[in-house]
Amino acid sequence: MNISRRQMLILMPAAAVAWKAVLAGTPEQSPNYKMSDHWWGMLIDIPKCIGCGNCVRACATENDVPDGYFRTWVERYHVSDEDMTNPEVISPDGGKEGFPVAAEDDKKYFFVPKMCNHCTDSPCTQVCPVGATFVSPDGVVLIDQKYCLGCAYCVQACPYGCRYINPQKETAEKCTLCYHRITQGLTTACCEACPTGARQLVDLKDPKDPIHEFLKTHSVQVLKPQMATGAKAFYNGLDGSVR
Amino acid sequence: MSGVTVACDPSHIRPYLEARTFRGKECFRSHWNQSQDLPAFSKRRSGFIMSKFKDAGHLFRFAGLFVLLFVVFLVVRHFVVPKSFGKYGHYRADAIGEIAAHPAKYAGHETCEACHSDVLDKKSKGKHAHVNCEACHGALVKVLPAPPPPTPNVYERMVALVIKPMPQDPPVLRHADDPSSVVPELPDTTVLCARCHTASAAKPKGFPQVVPADHSNGMACKTCHDPHSPAMDAGGAK
Repeated sequence: MNISRRQMLILMPAAAVAWKAVLAGTPEQSPNYKMSDHWWGMLIDIPKCIGCGNCVRACATENDVPDGYFRTWVERYHVSDEDMTNPEVISPDGGKEGFPVAAEDDKKYFFVPKMCNHCTDSPCTQVCPVGATFVSPDGVVLIDQKYCLGCAYCVQACPYGCRYINPQKETAEKCTLCYHRITQGLTTACCEACPTGARQLVDLKDPKDPIHEFLKTHSVQVLKPQMATGAKAFYNGLDGSVR
Repeated sequence: MSGVTVACDPSHIRPYLEARTFRGKECFRSHWNQSQDLPAFSKRRSGFIMSKFKDAGHLFRFAGLFVLLFVVFLVVRHFVVPKSFGKYGHYRADAIGEIAAHPAKYAGHETCEACHSDVLDKKSKGKHAHVNCEACHGALVKVLPAPPPPTPNVYERMVALVIKPMPQDPPVLRHADDPSSVVPELPDTTVLCARCHTASAAKPKGFPQVVPADHSNGMACKTCHDPHSPAMDAGGAK
């Protein structure tokens, strides 16, 4: 292949521009998305949850979660009014295929969907020795899959048990709050699949988000508030027996 | 203490004590007459430093080595630490983009509604108004364009030599990607509806529930109900 001097002079800057584009790497988000404009969280409305397991299946499909591991799961509580501190909790396969039919008795039943609480002061990010997990500027706790060593410190540190080590990749994984969806203006896969609206993605920095009115008018609680994690998974109608 | 013989004679210590006292006095006197002793003292001192520096070549060589190692550290660090590390905090800011590049598999109800406005109209008037399309029809994957490979820095290239990247599955086209040729499978209503509406004491009391065996005896729910607007009295029944 012969290249004349003229061709070379045209090709060189073109190659430089192309190389520059390669060096620039992946664009951070879709162009209209500004991280500083958002502070994401989740509203979980316990009285609305029917334990169908749609969220668990949707999450597994959307995020390629291996079988037997969960980024979100549903627990069924069975609590007697006399012994609130010892609830009977089941979560067969994370509630993926629903729950066995429960017979009416003198105890109360309810479902509690669980997931990463996307804590503002998350214990899991504080223990990471290599800076592989972090709270993003828009309030989502994420894991850098290239930096994670799989030491599992974070798996132990999470007070809510929301992390696991992926058996194939041998790195820590967790709910990303469907970061690839929320940055494109979509809701999370679990919220998309929830038939009763028991889960709602909320943006605490959006003044028009109905979450502000909801938090003002409802008794909303986070899990393990005594741990001061700044959890952003808000539970409406949370029973005191939930751990 | 009675059995212990004291071997120390105070007279052995006395000369030492005296010497100390004498030196202390001398020291005190020299400080007292500092103005007169200072020039000689300082001259002696600087001479001492200079005489030591004459043989201090090894110190300079060591310092040079130190500087060289520091420069090597800076150069290695420049190549090993990714450019975006520390942009927002103690992590690689590019990881945010990589996570955001994950392909979505649920198209979102807005995508469905763009074409199926008739279903939307019917659904929005019925009891299933708040049930999104893919809650029943399953993920109608929207394949996003594959992200360009991230910048391979020295560290990443070294890692790639040892650990081969995971092979990625080829994307599966579904209805939302190619609506004309890929038709989604219709869900089996006997299974689908039962998932939510099977009676159980654990479900909220206000939620419509039936015992499928008693209610329909194995007949498909859509024989009588329209899944998009299931209430019998709302004109939604078939």
